[in-house]
Order: sequence, then structure tokens, then C-alpha cells
Amino acid sequence: MAYNDKVIDHYENPHNVGVLDHQDDSVGTGLVGAPACGDVMRLQLKINDNGIIEDAKFKTFGCGSAIASSSLVTTMVKGKSIEEAATIKNTLIAEELSLPPVKIHCSVLAEDAIQAAIADYKKKRG
Amino acid sequence: MTVQTPIYLDNHATTPADPLVVEEMLPFLLQNFGNPASRNHSFGWTAKEAVELGRERVAALIGASPKEIIITSGATESNNLAIKGVAYQYASRGKHIITVPTEHKAVLDSCHTLEREGWEVTYLNVDTEGRISLEELKNAIRKDTVLVSVMLANNEIGVIQPISEIGAICKEKGVFFHCDAVQGLGRIPFDVATANVDLVSISAHKMYGPKGIGALYVRRGRPRLRLQALIHGGGHERGLRSGTLATHQIVGFGKAAELAAEDLTNGGIERVRQLRDRLWDGLNANLEDVILNGSWEHRLPNNLNVSFAYVEGEAMMMAIKTIACSSGSACTSASLEPSYVLRALGVEDEYAHSSIRFGIGRFTTEAEIDYAIELITEKVKWLREMSPLYEMAKAGIDLKTIEWAAH
Repeated sequence: MAYNDKVIDHYENPHNVGVLDHQDDSVGTGLVGAPACGDVMRLQLKINDNGIIEDAKFKTFGCGSAIASSSLVTTMVKGKSIEEAATIKNTLIAEELSLPPVKIHCSVLAEDAIQAAIADYKKKRG
Repeated sequence: MTVQTPIYLDNHATTPADPLVVEEMLPFLLQNFGNPASRNHSFGWTAKEAVELGRERVAALIGASPKEIIITSGATESNNLAIKGVAYQYASRGKHIITVPTEHKAVLDSCHTLEREGWEVTYLNVDTEGRISLEELKNAIRKDTVLVSVMLANNEIGVIQPISEIGAICKEKGVFFHCDAVQGLGRIPFDVATANVDLVSISAHKMYGPKGIGALYVRRGRPRLRLQALIHGGGHERGLRSGTLATHQIVGFGKAAELAAEDLTNGGIERVRQLRDRLWDGLNANLEDVILNGSWEHRLPNNLNVSFAYVEGEAMMMAIKTIACSSGSACTSASLEPSYVLRALGVEDEYAHSSIRFGIGRFTTEAEIDYAIELITEKVKWLREMSPLYEMAKAGIDLKTIEWAAH
């Protein structure tokens, strides 16, 4: 499939691949998707006491668009507050990467990952 | 030794034309361009002679008589003609057909079309290796069964079906047997007599010939086999396939068939098998969790279809972009559905999403295989570093126990 340069860049030089300690109280972990669908994303956010996302790490099992979407998301959320990050819509991700229609679902999953990570963080904090 | 990229390891999709084939074809475009059906002048006679030589060579590849070879535009057309041609001709005898869900789409879609027109089709099961059960076939044949269609070797996983045995059963029960032999010819021995077949589909571009030309073997003799033509016109090919014969294409096809027959005896296919084995051994030596899809024993010597666990197929293909191959991953198909062949084998979705198919060919070199091993190893490791599934599996978590939040 002929890809947009931005997707290729994020895919070949992914940003923030890695792991944060999911036991850490300041880390929210979102695991979305399913192996059966061919798409699994794990997004982890390290959030400081002011509610700002200090660090983000991802790991993805999925196609080039899925990897690019999750990589992009980690760069988008860093430095933002939880509230700001929660407003990131899949359309923004898809537009930024110029995803073709058949790959839009990858951006949807990335948006879900943000929501899931935030929800996990909030659950931990009670 | 340096390797010129991209390297081509997708010889099940198509093959390059052999230079000897091209050389033989060219004169028939510029100088000897006559219509083989022009009976009144030398342009026609020269063309006809060339066509008949091509036809002979194709026949020789499968042990048939040239009179049994019907030239078509390719195996897709041959499959259509075989299946619909028999169905329509013998509709009064019965409207039941038996085939396998792992057949090529040209067979499956022809069957679906007949189903819409009132035929009944039984799809035999395949085991986890991709092979059918002869018992199940025997039991599936009914009084109104007119045709059984089973391919010699599968295009995705290379698995070889027990054709002679299937043919023997069909002969005994008085049912016609069609075999799509496209992927097997030139790679494994095949002879119409020992195969017990009535119809065989053949494709030139899978055996280093040009695209756009193929043939259907139609057995002559008793019991009588007739087909209803799908394309009507001047009555060419015994009325079974009208249309001016493309001399240069048939010349190329014939030459390709001749070379393919030689490959089976002159060590050509053995060399290919060794390269395929080298690729498999190399990957296994460097990586864990490399899963073979389909039977190892009953497999084409040039095919390798593997799943790299925890890594998605399309991501792999992007990573190894200097290697031409294909994937059974949903992402690479427009429909977002994983390979229907792997599905039929019962391969779990996440492995179907991780599958890559390699087809070694006549022109593949050892250096290219070594390059492939090195690149694939590097990229699988890189993608596994990025994979949450790999991390979880290494931590001892059983992925089957997780409740996934699928979207």
C-alpha cells in the first residue's frame, strides 16, 4: 500500500516506544483492541501532580497506520493536561497522517487508547 | 555478493518471463504476425504452425494429447469454462458440485454464481494441514453430482492435495474431476493419466511465461466429456473458445511449458527447494515463535508461508519493503478480512494477521535468500520490541486469558 510520508516517518522512526511502570500511581495504562482484529495498542501516560502528562510510551501490534497513529498520539499528549488530551479526536489523528478511508479505524483505536489510559489513571486515584 | 533490491520472492503471484521465452515470442509480433486461422496464405500457415508447436509443448508438460488442449486467456477463464461449462452441459444429469473452500477465487466465485442460478455446492472440510479427507469426499458424492473441483497445490500455503486418489474416486463414481493445476505445474510432477483427471487449468504466467494466456485440458475418449462454451464466435478451439489465437502468447506459453518440464528433471526445482529450505532454516535459527502454515510434507518445494507471532503482517511487509512477498493479513486485503485460506485451516485470527508468504523462483539466488534472512530477522526483532503482545507473552502471560476491549 502506498503510504503518506508522515505515516512512513512515524512507522520507521516511531516516537516513544517503550514501557512505564504500570504499578506506579502516576501512570495510566490503556490497552485497547484485540489480536483477533489484528490491532492492539497499549498507551501509557505518566501524569504529574498538576494533571499534566509528563511522559507517554506506547507499544502496538498492528499495521503501519496503527503504529503511526499510536506514535503520533504520544507526541500529541505530552505536555498537555488530562482534560486537553481527552479532547483529542480520531479525526485529528487521521488528518495529521492523511490516513486513507480503509485505515481510519486505526485512528479510532488510538483515540480509544487515550481515553482508556486516562480512565485507568483516574480509577487508580479513586 | 551484493544483492539488487527489491528482490522478488512472490513467485506464487506471478513469475518473470524467462528470456528464452521472450526471445521465442518476438518474431511473432513484428514479422510473423499472421492470424493462425488464415488458411489461404503463408502468413496464416506460419502462425498456425507456431501455435501447434506451442500447443504440443503445453500438452507434453502434462502428458496429454495436443487435441486435448484448449487455449484460453488464462487459468481464471479455464476455471470458469471447466466449472460452468460442465454445469450447464450436464444440468439435466444433476446440479450438485463439490469443491474446497481453499480453492482459488476463480473456482469459488464460479461456484457461487452457479449457486445463485440454482446449483448446490458442497464445500469439503480441510484439516489443519490444509488437506481434504478422501472419506468425506466419497460420502459427499451423490447421484446428482456432476463435478468435483480440487486444486493440485494451493497458491497461499503450497499444500498439495491427493489428486490421484481423488481422481480414482471420481472415476469410480462417474463424476467429472477438474483440477486447477496452476501452482503445481513445473514444480511437482503431474501427468493426466496417473492423476485420473478430466479437466486441468493451466496458466502461463506462473511458469515464467507471459501473462494473459493459459489453457484448459479437456480429456478426450470415454466416458465422453462435453462442455458448453462460454465465449462464442468463430468456433475456434473445437467450438469451445472462440477468438483469434494470440500466436506470440501461445509461442511463449509453449516455450515456458518446455522449460518447466525440464526444471523437473535437470535439477532446477531441486535448487529452488534447497533455497526455500535455507530460508526456513535461517529464520528458525535466528528467531523463535516462527509458525509454519500448512503441511510441511505435502507442500510445493518453492513455497514458505509463515506467521511471525506477535508481529502484524502488513507492518512486516512495510518493514521488509526491499523484499517482494505477500501477507495473509487483513490489512493487506481491501476487505480487512484475513486470508480465507488460513481461516479454513483453522489458523487463529492473530496468526492469520501475522502471516507472510514467500515463493522462491527460478531466478532466486542464494545471496537473495541470505539477504532476506538477515533483513527479516532484524525487522521481526524490531517489531517485537514494539509489540505489547510479545512483551506480555515473554512475561509469561497467556494471551488467551485476557479480556480484550475490541472495537
